[in-house]
Amino acid sequence: MADRITLQVTRYRPEQEAEPSVQEYEVPLHKDWAVLDGLNHVKDHLDGTLSYRWSCRMGICGSCGMTVNGEPKLTCATFLSDYAPGPVRVEPLRNFPVIRDLVVEITDFMTKLVKVKPWIVREEEKPLSDGEYLQTPAEMDEYKQFSMCINCMLCYSACPVYGLDPQFIGPAAIALAQRYNLDSRDEGSADRLDVLSEHEGVWACTFVGECTRACPKDVDPAGAIQRYKVTAAMESVKSFLMPRGDR
Amino acid sequence: MTASHDVVIVGGGGAGLRAAIAITETNPRLSVAIVSKVYPMRSHTVSAEGGAAAVIAPDDSLDEHANDTISGGDWLCDQDAVEAFVNEAPQELLRLEHWGCPWSRQPDGHIAVRAFGGMKKRRTWFAADKTGFHLLHTLFQTSLQHEHVVRYDEWFVTKLLVDDGRVRGVVAIELMTGRIETITANAVILCTGGCGRVYPFTTNANIKTGDGMALAYRAGAPLKDMEFVQYHPTGLPFTGILITEAARAEGGWLLNKDGYRYLQDYDLGTPSPTPVLKSMELGPRDRLSQAFVHEAEKGRTVDTPYGQVVHLDLRHLGAEVINTKLPFVRELCLDYEKIDPIRELIPVRPVVHYMMGGVHTDLDGATGLDGLYAAGEVACVSINGANRLGSNSLPELLVFGARAGNAAAEYASTPSGPSPAVLAQAREETHRLERELLNRTGGREPISTIRTEMQETMEENVGIYRAGDSLGKAANRVRELQERIHSAAIEDHSRTFNTQLTAALELACMLDVAEGIVHCALAREESRGAHQRTDFPARDDQRFLAHSLIRRDPDGPPRVEYLPVTITRWPPGERIYGR
Amino acid sequence: MSERSERTTSRYTEFYPELYRSPISIFWWLERRSYLLFVLRELSSLFVAWSVVYLLLFINAVRQGDAQYREFLDWAASPWLLVLNLVSLVFVTFHAVTWFNLTPQAMAVRLRGRRVPRSWIAGSAYLGWIVVSAFVAWLLVGA
Repeated sequence: MADRITLQVTRYRPEQEAEPSVQEYEVPLHKDWAVLDGLNHVKDHLDGTLSYRWSCRMGICGSCGMTVNGEPKLTCATFLSDYAPGPVRVEPLRNFPVIRDLVVEITDFMTKLVKVKPWIVREEEKPLSDGEYLQTPAEMDEYKQFSMCINCMLCYSACPVYGLDPQFIGPAAIALAQRYNLDSRDEGSADRLDVLSEHEGVWACTFVGECTRACPKDVDPAGAIQRYKVTAAMESVKSFLMPRGDR
Repeated sequence: MTASHDVVIVGGGGAGLRAAIAITETNPRLSVAIVSKVYPMRSHTVSAEGGAAAVIAPDDSLDEHANDTISGGDWLCDQDAVEAFVNEAPQELLRLEHWGCPWSRQPDGHIAVRAFGGMKKRRTWFAADKTGFHLLHTLFQTSLQHEHVVRYDEWFVTKLLVDDGRVRGVVAIELMTGRIETITANAVILCTGGCGRVYPFTTNANIKTGDGMALAYRAGAPLKDMEFVQYHPTGLPFTGILITEAARAEGGWLLNKDGYRYLQDYDLGTPSPTPVLKSMELGPRDRLSQAFVHEAEKGRTVDTPYGQVVHLDLRHLGAEVINTKLPFVRELCLDYEKIDPIRELIPVRPVVHYMMGGVHTDLDGATGLDGLYAAGEVACVSINGANRLGSNSLPELLVFGARAGNAAAEYASTPSGPSPAVLAQAREETHRLERELLNRTGGREPISTIRTEMQETMEENVGIYRAGDSLGKAANRVRELQERIHSAAIEDHSRTFNTQLTAALELACMLDVAEGIVHCALAREESRGAHQRTDFPARDDQRFLAHSLIRRDPDGPPRVEYLPVTITRWPPGERIYGR
Repeated sequence: MSERSERTTSRYTEFYPELYRSPISIFWWLERRSYLLFVLRELSSLFVAWSVVYLLLFINAVRQGDAQYREFLDWAASPWLLVLNLVSLVFVTFHAVTWFNLTPQAMAVRLRGRRVPRSWIAGSAYLGWIVVSAFVAWLLVGA
């Protein structure tokens, strides 16, 4: 294995240019280095003006999502040696507007998160003095997978529907809604139904399945969405056969 | 440009979010804002793994939790604070459960607890081995229902505005646009976390640069117990990634290069096949890290390209236990060490993990400055004393986040309003940022050079074992670096998401914090908990059963004074583990 | 400073973010193998629709009697229809295989507390397909 590798990094400096361009940097190739280590080497020793987000460097905070050789990846968990001899193309996360270099704007996602009401909704809250809501390990298993989302948005980047139609509420938001819908302590499924069964909700999804492929935490958002389609369809049928006056 | 709120919370992690929820739930008419340099779900709370301790088992008691914490802290904990903490921790964790936190359960559906280092009884609640992640996401998602909490996401606070001894607001940069804004407030709560990045090997994320500690220090609030820096015994070499204490709580062993469980040589008990509470691998973190240093001196640690390591052996736990109780540990080892803990030994070494010290506060988060509060790792109440027990810091976020929130809310009902002096300070800060930083030309050295030198100085001279002469050297070096940073190169003059600017600001914060650590370490001439002096190897309760309080002095080196520890029911004794 | 073309001169205003939105090409689906397979899968539904129409026409011809039936068979033997039906067969098979493989993701079935493995769910769909096909073959050939 050679001891250096070239990174082709997208640069975008809005004060200077109207469109992004590519800049090449040669960095050392160590077998333990992630793409993020390469970028840090660029920033620390070659070009301090490169901007990108990162924090935990252990794949749990979700900050460092970027497009590496065309695929959405967490740069802290993607290793340079897997791309040897290179070059490695590092671009900002697709389907999001670019603020600067490798930094994208995620306020759309933050708004959508709130829309699905990702909190426990209950008719009546149990007082703390009564202790915990009982939940068996089997009941936790129902939603556990969907609770693993680190909000890295690789799924939004991979989703062609979101790319073509940014109104689509998106994989992570729906998976999070399911995490609460399937939590035995939650009673808010009805509250989330409207948002999820909108045209831009689950029905915009055509089960491409790229979101699940891209997810670094095995959340399987595509599964969450399809399962919710079944739920939403059943709700439609029920409300047609047995209409309730006010809902 | 100015915005104005009743309470401004700096930092959106566990403590900050809990404070915001506390305020908005009890005082819905107050205007609350969270100003964070990262989106809240990126806060470092997210990477905590092991668990959160609170008394819940029928055979456990608050006094025992308090005793474990106080002796674990080598009697430097304020016992009234510890009593309040152990009392409120169970309610806080239960509140999180009601908010949806997926605590791991027993088969009957009740909350499960596990053993943890330094605790005599099983009282650590856990959510698989991603407790911090679930805690933070639960808090963040719960906070979303409170629409009145205003969030300033990716705004970097650079200065606290102080007038007439009272904090009146902050100056912050909106990272996306480069706008420098003044946010006035009746009360400010610092929840900015610790400062692990002052050292080269740390479990801490890039964002842990001690910003809040520096802000308070510069504004005149004293920092407390800064010399107490916790080394976690099991971090991965090179990356410093945390391998949770839970791995040892489930039964992992620490082996030296001969496959020997070396902790038995250091008065930590005798080895047994299954974990014994408060013994061997479940001893306190400071003692385990110190044992590593001695093993390395004896040449019994393993040599690797990334320095000396020992081995964490999980093989005897079996695939079932590892996959159900420690799945994240396995994932981390596979990804970052290319090792499967089911079959192989994990290389580990002590790495900086937590800062016991911080902004001096009382039980309600009030600091030495009116209107300024602090909670979480940034603060030092102190419940952790000279050494923190694992799984105490997550409940600390919740208990003191809520307390600080409530106290700040009460204080904020006495309005302050921006005086001309405050606005002048804000303008001055804006000019400083623009003139000295954004438009700096001709800088000589890269920021990374100064940062690396600081980190190396700290690791060499202010590490697990310290001595007077090397501490003196470190103090001089830090002073020198604080001069050199004024001519560090800032080539990025963009307003848009300028991370070179933030790196420079963070480095300045880290140097101030380093100054605090070194001078407190120099002044404390004894060994206690995580502060070990080779020239003063014994604990000295006569002179030093007190907290070091350090204040910035504009005309010279910082002043260190001592504040006696509050002792209520647990007189200082010997720390006994394994017997 | 070198000349910049008009295209790359920025229109930036201080303090206002000039976000860059990269355009999506009409041929986005050619960029990745998985996207291409997805679009083909969606396209296959047209051929599924055709197979249904063809089957209905077939049944109608049978219903109308011997002469109509023979006319239909002649028509079915014309080259273009043969090609169409062959292509349809390929696509309908592709459709079935992809949907059988995707079904487990859409269904979380629990039996006695444990989640049924994906291969069982997909497997049972394939099994059903084989059984029905075997039955139809027996009807056409055996009976």
